[in-house]
Amino acid sequence: MDLITPEFGLVFWTAITFLCLLFILKKFAWKPILGAVEEREDGIKNALASAEKARKEMENLNADNERILKEARAEREAMLKDAREIREQTIAKAETEAQEKASKIIEKAQAAIESEKKIAMAELKSHVAGLSVEIAEKVVREELSNKDKQLKLVESMLGEAKLN
Amino acid sequence: MTITGIAAIGAGLAAIGAGVGIGKIGGSAMEAMARQPEMHGKIQSSALILAAFVEAVALFGVVVAFLQG
Amino acid sequence: MTLNTFKSVLFSALFLATSFAGYATEDSDNTDNKEFNPKEMILHHVKDAHGFHLWDWNGRSVSLPLPIILWTDNGLSTFMSSAFHHDDSGKTIVEKNGGKFVKFHEKIYQLEAGASSVSFDEEHHPTNAHKPLNFSITRNVFMMWVSVIVLLLIFFAAAKRYKKSDDNVPTGIAGFVEPLVIFVRDEIGKPMIGEHKYKRYMPYLLTIFFFIWINNIFGLIPILNGANLSGNIAFTCTLAVFTFIITTFSGNKNYWKHIFWMPGVPVPMKIFLMPIEIIGMFVKPISLMIRLFANITAGHVIILALMSLIFVFKSVAIAPVSVAFSLFITVIEIIVTAIQAYIFTILSALYFGMATEEEHH
Repeated sequence: MDLITPEFGLVFWTAITFLCLLFILKKFAWKPILGAVEEREDGIKNALASAEKARKEMENLNADNERILKEARAEREAMLKDAREIREQTIAKAETEAQEKASKIIEKAQAAIESEKKIAMAELKSHVAGLSVEIAEKVVREELSNKDKQLKLVESMLGEAKLN
Repeated sequence: MTITGIAAIGAGLAAIGAGVGIGKIGGSAMEAMARQPEMHGKIQSSALILAAFVEAVALFGVVVAFLQG
Repeated sequence: MTLNTFKSVLFSALFLATSFAGYATEDSDNTDNKEFNPKEMILHHVKDAHGFHLWDWNGRSVSLPLPIILWTDNGLSTFMSSAFHHDDSGKTIVEKNGGKFVKFHEKIYQLEAGASSVSFDEEHHPTNAHKPLNFSITRNVFMMWVSVIVLLLIFFAAAKRYKKSDDNVPTGIAGFVEPLVIFVRDEIGKPMIGEHKYKRYMPYLLTIFFFIWINNIFGLIPILNGANLSGNIAFTCTLAVFTFIITTFSGNKNYWKHIFWMPGVPVPMKIFLMPIEIIGMFVKPISLMIRLFANITAGHVIILALMSLIFVFKSVAIAPVSVAFSLFITVIEIIVTAIQAYIFTILSALYFGMATEEEHH
């Protein structure tokens, strides 16, 4: 029974001692120790977080680079395509123009030939007319002198004219 | 038989009860740890707490024995 | 290096422990000069005492006298415990400040006016004396102060280490203390109370953990005569009352609702549960008190009982067995010192956690 009856004196001293110990340790031991531990943990946490952030930034940077590279490549591709198109267009245009020009020249040439021909024909006609008049003159003159001779002349004249 | 003797028997009975209880807790904790080694820490601390609860009941018996002693 | 030193100190302490326990039992055997009574010897060692008995020399006790402080009807009376000349049977009467005092079974009695010697009834209760309020610095109080000094030395040295280093790296004793502090914070405080509120209770939990632990360890060192402070019900009672007070004062609305009007159960059940919960409120600190007291006292009793076997059987042949067993129990008790400190702290934290728990939706 003695063993499990709390003695007042010991309760009193335990309470006082414990409270003193609690306040002294709280102020001079737990605060600095826990503070230091927490500070260090925060430091580690911050360092880890910043490392993570740096890694993410690095990733972003890489992604940016990749994107820019892709864009550049696409641009080059597009430019090349444009250039090819323009070249093709130019070539096609040049071809059509050349064709047009050639056909125009041919047309002109044909027209010139035609007109030359016409002129030549007209000249021939006038020549033939002149000749005919001359022949007619000569025929008329011959007829007037010799009938046979007149006929022969006409015939030979006509034969000459035919050859022409 | 004196009252002290009876108290001693009572303390012994309390010890048997606590022994069975703590044995069951320990056995189950071991089994759980073997099944899930990754939960080792948690299982151990809760097993200790539970053992403390069981033990408290046995200690009440011991205290009653002290009362008579 | 430091760990090895620590280990060797620990082991020498262990060996000293067993050898001194042996001497201690021998002492009581010699001084009594009668049939060896293990129960008396064990109770003498487990209980508190006035004066710090160190050893016997040529049949005379050598002890450290401690002050006795009494509050009597005439005011404060103080004298040293050596005034009783090692008498524990109530024969030596000390007169001080108009009062006559005797010491009987480590209790101080004040004789009633007119009485010249103390007389006892059959149950060894004095008939003509009463107990004054006793604020004596007993063996346990003395050891408590020694433990406080040791704690302060350890933790001041550790705190100083942090102040010295700029980068908060634990060196020296701080490296030994820090894992323990972090253990209390991460294994006891955080999981039991919760991430947001544990900080308020950390000083109390840390103090109670180290205070109980160091006193458990001091109780195992026999050169200190096994001052059984943490196995004393007054000590455990005081600490349990502190836990109870803190739990009660930090209890929020949710906590009180769970005690007086348990939510989520039918009304008859609420009425039925209320007295149970109210009893439970008080049983918690009482079980804390009994658990620590009974565990530590039981450990001491077992070690002393094993040692008593030598004198009960009156044979040296039993000594190796006795010493081996008590060494074994001492090693187990070293584990128990830490486990009991841990359990007291974790249960206190659990009760604080229950008291501050927010309502779950």
